[in-house]
Amino acid sequence: MSARLAWRKSLNVVMLSLTGLCALLTVSALFFILGYLVWNGGKDLSWNFFTKLPAPVGEVGGGMANAILGSLKLLFLAALFGVPIGLLGGVYLAEFGGRTVPFLVRYTADLMNGVPSIVMGIFAYALVVMPMHHFSTLAGGIALGVMVIPTVLRNTESFLRDVPRAMREGSFALGANKWRMIATVVLPAASRGILTGVLLALARVAGETAPLLFTAFGNRYWSPGWMQPTSSLPVIIYTYATGPYEDWHRQAWAAGLVLLGLVLITNILVRAFLTRGAAYERT
Amino acid sequence: MATTPNAAAPTDFSGNSRSLLRRWSADDIAHFVTFLSAATLLVITSLLVYQLWVLSAEARAKFGWTFFVTKTWDPVAGDFGALPFIYGTIVTSLVSLVIAVPLGVGAAIFLAELAPPRLSSSLTFVSDLLAAVPSVIYGLLGVFLLVPVMRTTVQPALKAVLGFLPLFQGPSYGIGFLTAGIVLAIMVVPFVLSVSREVLLAVPRDQREAALALGATKWESTWKVVVPAARIGIFGSVFLALARALGETMAVTMVIGNNPRVAASLFSPGYSIAAVLANEFSEATGNLYLSALIELGLVLFLLTFVLNGLARLLILVTTARGSGVLPT
Repeated sequence: MSARLAWRKSLNVVMLSLTGLCALLTVSALFFILGYLVWNGGKDLSWNFFTKLPAPVGEVGGGMANAILGSLKLLFLAALFGVPIGLLGGVYLAEFGGRTVPFLVRYTADLMNGVPSIVMGIFAYALVVMPMHHFSTLAGGIALGVMVIPTVLRNTESFLRDVPRAMREGSFALGANKWRMIATVVLPAASRGILTGVLLALARVAGETAPLLFTAFGNRYWSPGWMQPTSSLPVIIYTYATGPYEDWHRQAWAAGLVLLGLVLITNILVRAFLTRGAAYERT
Repeated sequence: MATTPNAAAPTDFSGNSRSLLRRWSADDIAHFVTFLSAATLLVITSLLVYQLWVLSAEARAKFGWTFFVTKTWDPVAGDFGALPFIYGTIVTSLVSLVIAVPLGVGAAIFLAELAPPRLSSSLTFVSDLLAAVPSVIYGLLGVFLLVPVMRTTVQPALKAVLGFLPLFQGPSYGIGFLTAGIVLAIMVVPFVLSVSREVLLAVPRDQREAALALGATKWESTWKVVVPAARIGIFGSVFLALARALGETMAVTMVIGNNPRVAASLFSPGYSIAAVLANEFSEATGNLYLSALIELGLVLFLLTFVLNGLARLLILVTTARGSGVLPT
């Protein structure tokens, strides 16, 4: 009896410590990744990195200004396509919707959220690149925009649903019709949460490489307008990391640090300052 | 429905609208516009399926079902088989699950059952950040950090200890199925963790207390009562992680070796569906080549679509049932 009890008690301690170890391992991965990137990429970050074009192949130096601008342009397009559709769609689900259509939309959104990003690249390729016969910033922006829609839509819906019923009724009681109630009472009340969702969705697609490989492609120079192929930070990290040159590798680390820094800072700021209570964030 | 003009609506406040719009109240317009936005998502999804189906027609007509069992991938001769890619995708995903599931569920148990709330929520925060790290960053670390370590240390050690298994034989290249699986594991752990933690927390408190009152240790109450109660949701988290791992592109492309092979050894270089799309799509010459690649995309899409649907269902079942009886 007491031997059995001792066994059970020690098993208890061992297994519980193991779960703690699992948690420690998982969490330390982030700090390890961050530390390793700072260690490897930090020394190659310079003013040139942000302001110069890539140097010709084989030549040391140069920067990634065109990739940084390209990423910003792609994100702008993604927000332009994805955010309004997601936002208004979310309003429909939360405020109008009947029974079948919202269910269908909700389920589709969740499933689309899990579709591999490279498949979204094929979508934009077939939709934009094939008819135009060349790669373009526009195609990349659409690929990313499509990925933004489901997240923004579900987030908007869930934050709108959290707005208390009394506020809607108060608004109706003052004589507002429904769209006015939504536009002036419900949306402002949920705005912080909605903004959180939008920013997190954009931070997520900012790091996407796969859908850009055959839509925005890449470019060693500036990309004027929206119809030319453009460089972007994630794609250039991939190209440089798998390339043969030592100097490319060092620049890939620096670009990786910049990208990770931007994504993490956005995530931390958004989660720390914009969310109140439990934020809806599901993948 | 919103699309039918509501002529009899007494609340026609849209005084500035003209002719056709006059028959619609402002609410109808708002209803219609938001409905269009929501429907756009359905249209996009249908369009995606349609494109994948139509654009892969040539390959489907030419190869039929043999596409899935053919080992050759020869763009020059126009001979395409998906087997090495499907094999690579499945093997790397399974390796990642073998590592990620115990790690993620273990960590979730710690966060849900043991850690004080403050610690639990800050660790969950860190895990969420980990999920936000771009995939190409994992690839970067994989190429320059993990691959050399695998080649010089891990693979020889595995060979020395478990070398009698066909899984751990052959030369150590560093790249290959095992390395890709490990990178994937680190990437999917946060997903297993956050979903498992949620379903564990949804198990009613009484169940734990009842087990403890019967004299169970903390671990026994967790392992024999709480985890079984949440098991369907945990399965859900595993499917979710599997769907992630199957479709993950960049990190795998950078470390799997990009060599269409079906090999028993985990040390062997291989290829995955997503990786071949990433590498060959932009330079595919000829319609058949492109069509074969798009058929691979279709396979990937269907796989993840089904797995995700299943995962959602399982998670929904457990959290709904659990929270229904959760004391407030």
